[in-house]
Amino acid sequence: MTALTLRGYEFLRRRALDAIAEVGRVALLMLETFRTLGRGLRAFRLVVDQMHTIGVQSLMLVVIVSLFTGAVAAVQAAYQFSNVVPLKYIGSVILRSVIIELGPVLTALIVGGRVGASIAAELGSMRVTEQIDALEAMAINPVRYLVVPRVVAAVIMLPVLTVMANAIAITGGWMVSITSIGISSHTYITGLKQFFYMKDLWSGLIKSVFFGAIIGWMGCYHGFRTEGGAEGVGVATTRAVVASCVQVLIIDYVLANVLFRFIFAS
Amino acid sequence: MITIRGLRKKLSGRWVLDGVDLDIPAGRTVVVMGRSGTGKSVLLKNIIGLMSPDAGRIEVDGQPVVGLPERELNDVRKRFGMVFQGAALFDSLTVGENVALPLREHTTLSREAIRSRVAERLEWVGLAGVEGMKPASLSGGMRKRVGLARAIAMDPAYMLYDEPTTGLDPIMADVINRLIRSLQQRIGVTSIVVTHDMASAFHVGDELAMLHEGRIVFTGTPGEVRATQEPLVRQFIEGTSEAVEGQLGE
Repeated sequence: MTALTLRGYEFLRRRALDAIAEVGRVALLMLETFRTLGRGLRAFRLVVDQMHTIGVQSLMLVVIVSLFTGAVAAVQAAYQFSNVVPLKYIGSVILRSVIIELGPVLTALIVGGRVGASIAAELGSMRVTEQIDALEAMAINPVRYLVVPRVVAAVIMLPVLTVMANAIAITGGWMVSITSIGISSHTYITGLKQFFYMKDLWSGLIKSVFFGAIIGWMGCYHGFRTEGGAEGVGVATTRAVVASCVQVLIIDYVLANVLFRFIFAS
Repeated sequence: MITIRGLRKKLSGRWVLDGVDLDIPAGRTVVVMGRSGTGKSVLLKNIIGLMSPDAGRIEVDGQPVVGLPERELNDVRKRFGMVFQGAALFDSLTVGENVALPLREHTTLSREAIRSRVAERLEWVGLAGVEGMKPASLSGGMRKRVGLARAIAMDPAYMLYDEPTTGLDPIMADVINRLIRSLQQRIGVTSIVVTHDMASAFHVGDELAMLHEGRIVFTGTPGEVRATQEPLVRQFIEGTSEAVEGQLGE
């Protein structure tokens, strides 16, 4: 019993130390990213390339998911409003739920899955084929050359994709509202305008900036830490996606508290 | 000149390098040979600062390189060219962009001058006109040669070759060996070649050093290596597995 307890204690102690070490390594990567940011941005062509990969190539997925998110939001709202709230408020509910929460978070989860995996797989392959060693051997800082463009591009493109996702989700909600719920375009748009506050839009966009940074860093961190061959790349990819998604949800909760209890409280 | 003294490196609980002493005189090519897994590549990575040794000293032209701050270490690295075992070409870049990368990063050369240097280095390795190709469309031998062209783009004083002929057919291996030799004559670099290919070792080496169980156990000219009766070296150059079979039988 005592031996078992000791073994359990040792296991927990090791896991705790590993977790602390991991947090430390991520923090060091972030610090190095900030340290090399200035020089990294001088090669802006690399950032533009990544903006295309992260933003433009994710657009179709974001369009499809947002369209159906808005449509489902309209159906759900109509169901929950029945005999309780007038249907003229459907536009208001869709707008606020989309721009505060659904737009930024769903976009981050989709892009986190697609882009986080692709960054981790690309950098992981570069690690196992010694391309990252080759950069260092050529006196090129790999964080400056590989991480800075990806993190900056993700930070720029996530808010852009979020704005598009918001617009498309609201359009999806409008399409369902006028075709199957039976309210007019005028009613839907009046509802949109009635409860639109700029701070709601800003809160979603501020969140998306943080989500972009998390997705970029998690993809890069797990790619850099890849060990072994193809199996290691697969493990790194999975870890990057899981870490991105979990952290997006945690940061979403933290920012919701900070933004709506303090910054936009009034 | 590169001087290595008492170099020790532990990986996964095992001393891969356990007190390596080696001198690489200026303008000479030293081949480090040894069986797979004896730490030959680890030695190169310690020299260029991709790994930090647990103990020991490495000096390049009298300047200690272990524990140097990043900026000074990068100044040392700029004097090196390294050819990796799998060439380590950047898949997302074309051949020309691969060779041009160190020039773009570390020099103020004009685009035209860089283009001309890239074309010249590719011509040196027998690959004129392939600037626009992607690494994925190259054969193994071509990739190695592009890696070599990239390594010499900055006119290095030192060259490190990690298994330059591994995975190549004998004819392509001979092409690479001749290239290494001709580059040494053309630009007078000091080179370390890590290999277990004895034909390559005899072809390119001015001196051969045998790495075994983390230490250099023999050094000599190709002639001395051929003539030695040292059992470990003889077994290695003859490629016999008796001792290994003995170990397996125990």
